[in-house]
Amino acid sequence: MFSRDRWEEILEALNANKFRTFLTAFGVFWGITILVLLLALTNGLRNGVTADFGNFATNSMFIWTQQTSKPYKGLPKGRRFNFKLEDVATLKNDFPQLKYVSPRNQLGGYSGANNVVRGTKTGAFQVNGDYPEFIKQQPMDIIQGRFVSYSDIKSNRKVCVIGTGVVKGLYDKGERPLGTYIKINGVNFMVVGTFKVSNSQGDKEEDANTIFVPFTSFGQAFNFADNVGWMALTAYDGTNITTLKPQILETLKSRRTVHPEDDRAIGNFDLSEAFGRVNGLFSILGLVGYFVGALVLMSGIIGISNIMLIVVKERTKEIGVRRALGASPWMIKSQILQESLILTILSGMVGISFAAAVIWGLNYVLDMSGPVENFANPSVSMSVVFTALFILVVSGLLAGLIPANSATKMKPVDALRIE
Amino acid sequence: MGNNSLHVLKGINFDVKQGELVSIMGSSGSGKSTLLNILGMLDEADEGSYTLDNVPIKNLNEKIAANYRNKFLGFIFQSFNLINYKSALDNVALPLYYQGVPRKERVERAMHYLDKVGLAPWSHHLPSELSGGQKQRVAIARALASDPKVLLADEPTGALDTKTSYEVMELIQGINDDGKTILVVTHEHDIAQMTKRIVNLKDGVIIDDSMVEQVRASQYV
Repeated sequence: MFSRDRWEEILEALNANKFRTFLTAFGVFWGITILVLLLALTNGLRNGVTADFGNFATNSMFIWTQQTSKPYKGLPKGRRFNFKLEDVATLKNDFPQLKYVSPRNQLGGYSGANNVVRGTKTGAFQVNGDYPEFIKQQPMDIIQGRFVSYSDIKSNRKVCVIGTGVVKGLYDKGERPLGTYIKINGVNFMVVGTFKVSNSQGDKEEDANTIFVPFTSFGQAFNFADNVGWMALTAYDGTNITTLKPQILETLKSRRTVHPEDDRAIGNFDLSEAFGRVNGLFSILGLVGYFVGALVLMSGIIGISNIMLIVVKERTKEIGVRRALGASPWMIKSQILQESLILTILSGMVGISFAAAVIWGLNYVLDMSGPVENFANPSVSMSVVFTALFILVVSGLLAGLIPANSATKMKPVDALRIE
Repeated sequence: MGNNSLHVLKGINFDVKQGELVSIMGSSGSGKSTLLNILGMLDEADEGSYTLDNVPIKNLNEKIAANYRNKFLGFIFQSFNLINYKSALDNVALPLYYQGVPRKERVERAMHYLDKVGLAPWSHHLPSELSGGQKQRVAIARALASDPKVLLADEPTGALDTKTSYEVMELIQGINDDGKTILVVTHEHDIAQMTKRIVNLKDGVIIDDSMVEQVRASQYV
């Protein structure tokens, strides 16, 4: 269909009126540029907002105890209770879909009182009792040493892993923290590692001012026994944590003797659901981008259709001559169709390239000026590019359809008579 | 056009044999162009039959008509009707393009016919760079390119001065000498005298159809 001769025919025809070809092509160029840019900006917004979720595994939920709101089996309402370590074992056992179940305990926290001492320096830091797998749920970079290990857990070792903020607060410049001791609430812990959380937007300071100690030593040192403050659960990729949530809650309620319909006894935050909601929002924004972009593109397409109609009108006589020389109506039609198709695709490609250049420029500026709140790395995927090309092909054909039909409507004898 | 139909031709009956050079004469409105258009399958007669090389031409749809035009007929127009953004060579090659002749062969054959009309050195010129006589000669080469059975010329000298007209007629006579059947519509007597047979039309009927002594155009050039 696209032989060399066809190409020549088409390029000759397009070249015959360069300026008009350019102006016509500009409409489509502009439309596709706006379409791609809108999608890239949507994506940038999405990237920026989801960065707020940090690196935390998104198929996760947090779960903690509150006060009961219903009396149950002789127990009053308003009762406080705690999860126990054996609940963790039960969850791991009953729910093979769960990848990680991390019990956690916590001391201090943001704007708490001073709780950590080293020599003459003191500081107020958040102290977490954790299991080794927690680092897989919330990825962090270990700068020196190591994270908490299972042998720490087993032998209740009093070791700790400290954030960069803690290092800054308790150590002089150039001092090596590994192997030194810090006193947390009066108990000495040896520093075995330092870390930083690489991708957390809002909580940078809080994350840096955190100390991790083994969960078991935490319970022993600070008198938490086998109580569990809260848990971080992550499911395997195949299972959505939100679908597991009701069963998990049910299991925990029955184990802690809580009324099955007591919704306020156990608190939870479903990261997957929150993430899904944000994702949904941006899917809609993406749709809006497609919609608006397609509408702008459509005016470009109408422009092409319009010009092709004029071209057909202008070339009525030429078309008559071609038909006298033996061109069948379909040959004429397909030539008009292909002219509009090529015009559309060419200008569309230039538009996509131009949009890519603008996106590149945006990223360059963003890299130069540092991160901007809620906006990062505007980009489009290859699938968007292919979708855009598909839209172009379809619209190029649509644009040529009416002009192609009008080209062969006139009888050749009448077409030849036109001056 | 519209609802007012006008009967231009009112009963025409004539045969043209192979190798004839016929001129169709008549004042404007006599129906000579309409006759030529019907013969050229650009227009269709309301009644009557038309047989070309033993093929009855009837019930034409546009696709078949295009195919017949391409195979059987070559057109020469008063205003040349060259495609102005194509070179002389490409113009001549156009009917072959629609025949689906491969590119290389097309260029060869087109070049052959351009050479025949004496324009080989101008093959890559655009029509705008050629004189009127040259343009008409390119158009004649184009009409010949598909090796048609009949050439139909509608006032081929109408836009040319006398000297160039004779040159073009000389070329047409030469082509006829090679055995090609040619019909020429004209209203100039001297041009008509250069054919072998003159058909005179008036108000849609043939009033005279006679063989003439052919005047060779070469004696004027």
